[in-house]
Amino acid sequence: MSPLPPTPSQTVGPYFSMRLALDGENILTRSDDRIVISGRVTDGDGDHIEDAFLEIWQAAPSGRYRHPDDTRDLELEEGFTGFGRAKTDFETGEYRFETLKPGPVPDAEGQDQAPHIALIVQGRGMLNAVFTRIYFSDEADKNADDLVLRSVPTERRGTLIAELQEGSQPPEYRFDIKFQTDDETVFFDF
Amino acid sequence: MTEPVLRHYGPKVYADHAPFSYPDYKSTVKRGPTRDLLTIVQTLTETTGPGPVWSEVSEEDSDLTTNAGTGEPAIGERIIVTGKVLDEDGVGIPDVLVEIWQPNACGRYVHWRETAFPAPLDPNFIGVGQCMTDDEGTYRFMTVKPGPYPWGNHPNAWRPAHIHFSLLGPSLGSRLVTQMYFPGDPLFFQDPIFNSVPEHARDRMIATYDHDVTEENFALGWRWDIVLRGKAATPFEDED
Ligand SMILES: [Fe+3]
Repeated sequence: MSPLPPTPSQTVGPYFSMRLALDGENILTRSDDRIVISGRVTDGDGDHIEDAFLEIWQAAPSGRYRHPDDTRDLELEEGFTGFGRAKTDFETGEYRFETLKPGPVPDAEGQDQAPHIALIVQGRGMLNAVFTRIYFSDEADKNADDLVLRSVPTERRGTLIAELQEGSQPPEYRFDIKFQTDDETVFFDF
Repeated sequence: MTEPVLRHYGPKVYADHAPFSYPDYKSTVKRGPTRDLLTIVQTLTETTGPGPVWSEVSEEDSDLTTNAGTGEPAIGERIIVTGKVLDEDGVGIPDVLVEIWQPNACGRYVHWRETAFPAPLDPNFIGVGQCMTDDEGTYRFMTVKPGPYPWGNHPNAWRPAHIHFSLLGPSLGSRLVTQMYFPGDPLFFQDPIFNSVPEHARDRMIATYDHDVTEENFALGWRWDIVLRGKAATPFEDED
């Protein structure tokens, strides 16, 4: 059967926050074990993007996704979906998620990947969503073995690693998202 | 321990989508990547997604003519918008969260950033709705036909009437945000958002009037099917 052609993507526009990224959708957990992921989204001039729309998708601390395909007998925290949404602050371009640190997820060969969070970036002025991953600076050994990270040219790998902020409590990781500048974030096709 | 199901989704066809930068739509120029995307092998991270698990919706959420909760109906031409969310094999996808947002019948959004367009607000219309697709992949909304509205992209710029759609499908790669249009809109010619999509694919964003959907003495019916990336039930299919 010849495949049906996909429906084209269109921008979320300036008014997406009527429905998407409502207050609280960036808080995935209130657990004492929570971590913070925060950062700033910037454009080709290095200026902040005031209306970017971010979505994260991640495994639970056990490494299991809350999804029918993930049939592994691993713990899923009550009420933790692994999905969150945020919009950038209009004045600063900053976003923030509160979540649990994900556990290991197998790669296509069945080996553990380094802990990571999938991130979808959209916004006014973006006709298509882009996809990237957030890794963690305090997982250097696992990051060094991760197949996806290893496929990224060495000089751009750092754009995918969220930096743990010294002394932060709950632990806060900074992950800036940059378009077009020399240090542009790596985005994936899959 | 049970092995997880690792599906394989075929490659995304970029020729069916707008480019990242489309200078007629000015805001695209500085936003979006300029380096090539890096191709990675799909893992559970990419083949799972939030669609089946996330939001709880209620029956009232899909009726935008009443969900302002004021007890009075929204003003405008009442319409039904329905269709199927399909995979690339034409199979309906159940449990897709479909969220919509739109301006009112006068083209005015309920949003703090809408300050320039002096069209009236409707106290009985908030312009947002959501529903889940059923077992056949069908979604259905009751709403009012959105009005066109001006924007600042170019002199005398007007957006054709449209409804914004967000779809959370079964996998990360099937994530889609798009817009639904109405046939024959006289504003298409000057709209860079609609025209950013390659010409051969534009009509996939246009709904069709369907008299079988129309409810006698109540509302006009529009049908719009949405095709998400992916084939639902084909783990490990050969890539070609
Ligand atoms: Fe709009």
